Amino acid sequence: MKKIASLFAALTLGIGIQCAAFAQSIAPDALVKSVTDDVITIVRQDKAIQSGDTRKAVDLVETKVLPYFDFAHMTRLAVGKDWRQASAEQKTVLTHEFKNLLVRTYSNALTQYRNQHIDFKPLKAKPEDTDVVVRTEVRQPGAKPVQIDYNLEKQGDNWKVYDVMVAGVSLVTNYRDSFGQEVRNGGIDGLIKSLKDKNKQLDTTVSAKK
Amino acid sequence: MKKNKKPELRAVRRSAATLLLGLGLTACAGPGGHPKDPLEPINRATFRFNETADRYVMRPAAEVYDLAPLPVKVGVGNFFGNLADVWIGVNNLLQGKFAEGLSDGGRFLVNSTAGMLGVFDIATELGLEKHDEDFGQTLGLWGVGDGPYIVLPLLGSSNLRDTAGLIGDLNVDPVMAINSSGPRNRVTALRFINRRSQLLGADTTAEQASLDKYDYMRSFYIQYRQSQIYDGQPPRVKDPDDEADMDEATPAAPARKENQE
Repeated sequence: MKKIASLFAALTLGIGIQCAAFAQSIAPDALVKSVTDDVITIVRQDKAIQSGDTRKAVDLVETKVLPYFDFAHMTRLAVGKDWRQASAEQKTVLTHEFKNLLVRTYSNALTQYRNQHIDFKPLKAKPEDTDVVVRTEVRQPGAKPVQIDYNLEKQGDNWKVYDVMVAGVSLVTNYRDSFGQEVRNGGIDGLIKSLKDKNKQLDTTVSAKK
Repeated sequence: MKKNKKPELRAVRRSAATLLLGLGLTACAGPGGHPKDPLEPINRATFRFNETADRYVMRPAAEVYDLAPLPVKVGVGNFFGNLADVWIGVNNLLQGKFAEGLSDGGRFLVNSTAGMLGVFDIATELGLEKHDEDFGQTLGLWGVGDGPYIVLPLLGSSNLRDTAGLIGDLNVDPVMAINSSGPRNRVTALRFINRRSQLLGADTTAEQASLDKYDYMRSFYIQYRQSQIYDGQPPRVKDPDDEADMDEATPAAPARKENQE
């Protein structure tokens, strides 16, 4: 079964190398590298993004990066034990709003990209692993290098990112304290409302900048 | 490094000792609060003060400083980095990492001479990697618990252990050992502004990402220090709250594997 799967993977890789839809069946480290390189190449050439056009950065993130992230898993991690008490509908809304928050925030961060250089560390994983860490290091002149690690999980033939660690800090579980506080104050709906409000507030700043 | 007898430093030490004593007496978590943050009301007040000071003083100063040409900023960063390398090396030795400790000593020798008093980081070019250690990390690796979370005035996030570590760091700090207070204060200010300028951008991201910046920064600090103590590779246990498939009718689904290493 595994043989067939890997044969299939090799086959799709062979025939689909230019086909973006099949890019997901490549190894996790190769996936992270290709997505990162793609995005950086675009940002380097795009004067609008460099000068703070968040709308454009959001578009870039949504088309190039989003397909490789598992936001349901990320949201579950961020909410923690309170996830259990959310209804299916609440889970969907939470995932949607949390995704929007992350996309907006990190698209803004992308507009601050200058001349950083990214090193990719060799992947330490066995072929049968279904949960791996891809380690990278962002170097910039005159400042300490920042370690950025991506946690990926294998889903079928595809690898999906479910956590990003910056300087050893999970950008996902970092939310757990404040999410827990929101749930204690206003239940799951209270958390949803806070997320919606935050996103609205970010949208206003974005359109004010335009 | 010679023992420091500056009155300011003595005052810092004395007030820190008082603070630690106070913390020891009040360190009991209230209901509903964060277990690591029994002093949350005081910490939040200090946090608000720091945010205001940052908005009106530190950030504007850092923004002006940031206009300097890149080689100047790199040189300033390297200069202070070089001064720190000796103590970083000592901490590596204290943590039993002898190769790293020796490498830090080598870095200091190379950069202080060929690197023009540390302005050029030639050692990195030669393959001697820059490390990031302080006495708080050493204490952590020795097994000293982090204690309650503390927001220090102007310096920001810390905890009981790291505050003690910081006092150790300052005791052997070459800048603090400058004899006359005028130059010492100016050099200290430059060092802080240089460090603050490196956080421009990251501060905006934290502002935008967080529902409550105080919670966000606290959580960040706790995770960040844990990661630093283990040099970026903290032991990661399976997350008890990451309950994959918990609402699907497939209890036999394979459990998510623990992270490797």
